Amino acid sequence: MIDIKKIREDFPILKREVNGKPLVYFDNAATSQTPQQVIDVIVDYYSNYNANIHRGVHTLSQEATDVYEQARKKIQEHFNAAKSHEIIFTSGTTHSINLVANGFSAILKKGDEIIVSALEHHSNIVPWQMLCERTGAILKVIPMNLDGELLMNQYHSLLSTKTKLVFTNHVSNALGTVNPIEEIIASAHKVGAAVLIDGAQAAPHIKADMQALNVDFYTVSGHKVCGPTGTGMLYGKEEWLNKLPPYQGGGEMIAEVTFEETTYAELPHKFEAGTPNICGGIAFGAALDYMNAIDFNAIAAYEHELLQYATQQLLAIEGLKIYGTAKNKTSVISFNIEGLHPYDIGSILDKLGIAVRTGHHCAQPIMDFFKIPGTVRASFSFYNTKEEIDSLVEAVKRAKAMLL
Amino acid sequence: MNIKEIQEEIVDEFSMFDDWMQRYEYMIDLGKSLPLINEQYKTDDNIIKGCQSKVWVHAELENDKLVFTADSDAIITKGIIGILIRAFSNQKPQDIIDANTDFIDEIGLKEHLSPTRANGLVSMVKQLKMYAIAYQTQIK
Repeated sequence: MIDIKKIREDFPILKREVNGKPLVYFDNAATSQTPQQVIDVIVDYYSNYNANIHRGVHTLSQEATDVYEQARKKIQEHFNAAKSHEIIFTSGTTHSINLVANGFSAILKKGDEIIVSALEHHSNIVPWQMLCERTGAILKVIPMNLDGELLMNQYHSLLSTKTKLVFTNHVSNALGTVNPIEEIIASAHKVGAAVLIDGAQAAPHIKADMQALNVDFYTVSGHKVCGPTGTGMLYGKEEWLNKLPPYQGGGEMIAEVTFEETTYAELPHKFEAGTPNICGGIAFGAALDYMNAIDFNAIAAYEHELLQYATQQLLAIEGLKIYGTAKNKTSVISFNIEGLHPYDIGSILDKLGIAVRTGHHCAQPIMDFFKIPGTVRASFSFYNTKEEIDSLVEAVKRAKAMLL
Repeated sequence: MNIKEIQEEIVDEFSMFDDWMQRYEYMIDLGKSLPLINEQYKTDDNIIKGCQSKVWVHAELENDKLVFTADSDAIITKGIIGILIRAFSNQKPQDIIDANTDFIDEIGLKEHLSPTRANGLVSMVKQLKMYAIAYQTQIK
């Protein structure tokens, strides 16, 4: 059970007002808010043990290194990775994906095929297009139905021995669809293809188990799970991470350097060139601690309740259409009102203190599929309430009355 | 009326409103009375970049004055481009180039609109002035 009153006390930002109204924060799919417990960790780091890691023999450096590596352990345990060096700290999902895409440019050959889903965020399309341009590989797309669910039959028929890589998100950012990644991974492995799953939108709702999924790569952004921006991870199976060349050159990622030759450091340091976001990595670990203390099953159950309530209340508004009606979806509602531009609705909602996202959500192909310029997207987190959903519904009605 | 006088008139109109809702409602009304662009000019070339919604603007020289028409797929945006066109349309290109745009701040548009929208507004002003510069070179 979620003690919502107690949880809301943890988030200082939820007390603020916007345009003279209490803030209703429904843009959680873009970034989550930060609890005091995580803010305290950040303050503690800079107040007590800020130092560069893995280098100094002095006490502060050793303390910082220990806590940073503990954070890696926490992340490993949370995602049930077999080894802690399979967790690479990155600046977020986009960085993680680019790291893998860059690595595969050394592996792919002309005529090899890459499969992506029609539900992708731009960050999961553009790096692969760039990769295809560099290598001559071909990009294929798994189509979806009008509910925003992937057509798995089509996926199976796209797979062949030419397929080298399959990429899809675990949960769609624009529609909230939870994709059947178990099946996607198992089928890809049958033809010998590697699979990267973008877990950015799944991580706040679903605790993914790397070993049970048997996934090759999985990416997460810290700022979507109550952690700071500019943090994230790439999970990669050891054998794959050993196969991929380093992404960036610099300090930390080397073992020995002469002007003739450099040998690279062991995992995970091979992929962590330069001074990392030390404080951010530590706070990312603390954010997972915070969410685990609440319990992911409780979070999922409560968010599902919010989703059902909001869906029901919003659909009662005449002319309102929800995009993304998959049977299995997270607490995201993308909608439009007939005859109105999502941007107009979002502008009025903002005046009423309600933060939603409007636009194409960095997923233009999805908007093109539905033939719409964009949607209004309300995304709920475990710290939101039914009363806030009531405020949203009232605000949408008011916007509709003003605009139509 | 010259540009400055029209801008003062707009500022006067907006000063009558006490709250954002009245301002927005007025803008929505202004959007509805916008001199609409001829469909044939609603091309990708005429879209102003930097707006979340689509805004098309067309300019034509009538005698020695520049006449603007526009449209947008969002109503509030239509209101904003409508206000700008009211201030700048039917004016000499040189006057448009020289015009200052402080009235946008004075009617509380820039501070009351979201950052993405504010950027759109800046792009709109820039585009109107670009047209004026282009036609000014033609006149010379």
